[in-house]
Amino acid sequence: MKDQNAIAMAAIYAFLAIAAAFFAIPLIIMLLTSFKTAEEVREGSIFFLPESWSLAAWGKAWGEACIGRVCEGIGGNFWNSVLITVLATSISLLLASLNGFALAQWRLRMSGPILGMLLIGAFIPYQIMIYPLVRLFATGGMHQTLGAIVTVHVLFGLPILTLIFRNFYIGLPEELIKAARVDGAGFFQIYGMIIVPMSVNVFLVAAILSITGVWNDYLLGLIFAGPNFQPMTVSLQNLVGTQMGLPEYNVNMAATILTALPPLAVYLLSGKYFVRGVTAGAVKG
Amino acid sequence: MRIRPQTLARLVLVPTILLTVIGVYGSILWTVNISFTSSGFLPTGKYVGLDRYYELWGQARWRVAYTNLFVFGGLYIFFCIGAGLLLAIALDQGVRGRSFFQTIFLYPIALSFIVTGLAWRWILNPTTGLEAYVRGLGYEGFSFGWLSDPDMAIFTLVIAGVWHSAGLMMVIIFAGLQSIDGEIWRAGRVDGISRFHMYRGVVLPMLFPVFVTCLVLLAMNVVRSYDLVVAMTGGGPGYSTDVPAKYIVDHLFDRANIGRASAGATMLLLTVMAIIALSTYLGRKETRR
Repeated sequence: MKDQNAIAMAAIYAFLAIAAAFFAIPLIIMLLTSFKTAEEVREGSIFFLPESWSLAAWGKAWGEACIGRVCEGIGGNFWNSVLITVLATSISLLLASLNGFALAQWRLRMSGPILGMLLIGAFIPYQIMIYPLVRLFATGGMHQTLGAIVTVHVLFGLPILTLIFRNFYIGLPEELIKAARVDGAGFFQIYGMIIVPMSVNVFLVAAILSITGVWNDYLLGLIFAGPNFQPMTVSLQNLVGTQMGLPEYNVNMAATILTALPPLAVYLLSGKYFVRGVTAGAVKG
Repeated sequence: MRIRPQTLARLVLVPTILLTVIGVYGSILWTVNISFTSSGFLPTGKYVGLDRYYELWGQARWRVAYTNLFVFGGLYIFFCIGAGLLLAIALDQGVRGRSFFQTIFLYPIALSFIVTGLAWRWILNPTTGLEAYVRGLGYEGFSFGWLSDPDMAIFTLVIAGVWHSAGLMMVIIFAGLQSIDGEIWRAGRVDGISRFHMYRGVVLPMLFPVFVTCLVLLAMNVVRSYDLVVAMTGGGPGYSTDVPAKYIVDHLFDRANIGRASAGATMLLLTVMAIIALSTYLGRKETRR
């Protein structure tokens, strides 16, 4: 019996180890290749270790790699992505938390239908809505501006974020709000002094969801951001897709890792909040 | 005069409601409407009935794209949930280093589909990746050219997609397994039921709602799948790995055929509505049991 258990456990560990290799290998390969020199990339397989470690590919990916005729790397696009992500996330969190508070605690007659309307919209693929939105922004003179890309991110992020806040606020005791109102506190006072401090964790979860979602977006950035605010995912795809001659795998992979780093850092630093963030959408899916 | 807090609670909802009504529902109506017109490069008001839909379904590229939605979607969902389930059960056996394994299995979900697609494109590329490596080891006959084979390229998308999302399924299913009452396991042991039969007969049926959740999450990724295809295969070779999401974007912006793109978008919308109806039905059925 004991032997049988030991064999079973060994099999389980073997399975887990193989799975871990499958998940880890792509990242390891990209990391290794990004440290290789240009000659080494041309000669060897991407599975080999670099013979001499070099940071040249990273520097080139950041500041010199050519996308079409422009050779400025994707460093500038990194800052575009930061700007878009920060703006879209702060606006979304503010609106979503206010919405969640209003829907959960104020006994509004229409709160059910409003929430339903938001959530059904969240299931519709963007492809159905992008063209009319392009026309709308063009009419307003906003096509391919920072305002346009931030607005679409807020629009598509709000449903799920509102749901996260609303689900937390609905669990708060009504007496809390009542007592505050008896003391003469208004809507925004209660929101600012009671609700926000009580829901710091929820803000964290929502922020993680929003940051990874906005940073990793490609389609919306491609269509709404325009050349001046092109996010990093779009420039990465352009960098890899438009190369002439022999592809510079070391530079491409360095650029890929640079694009992947911010959400990866969020993932590693935020631990269980990250899991709560990415599964939050599933709770009432 | 002070505005009543009740009124303020309504007012803060106004921006969101306006944005959603115009941006989401208005846009959907606009697209559905345009799908019945002869719009080409620019939208027109000339109605042509269902012509654009006949045109759409008459085109081999659309039929391939729409079929791929189900080929890719079916395999992606099956293998994501399957791998997630196996990993979750393995981690549920009291193994050491659980959080280490979880961190490795889950990190791809933090990456964009663009990064995912590029990474796998390089690994599966015959001249630089796996094939060249194995041949270099001395197995000259080894070949793995799925990426450039029109019949097999769609499966490379499945591999990359599963790599990206299986970890998330593992986490969700694992949370479900953990939530199962220890009493049930004890009762099973008393009755001498093997662990395998406990999982198959008792535990997994209890997790039915969890699987519905997984299904919905993955299905949303499938209908939206655009980035992964663009980064990995560009829809090729030919249009063998095209998907509706890519077909629509290409026809909107590169081919400037708004009417046909809108017909495709409306078909996608109908598909999504069918999926929502199905998952609601499954959810209801569960609560009635």
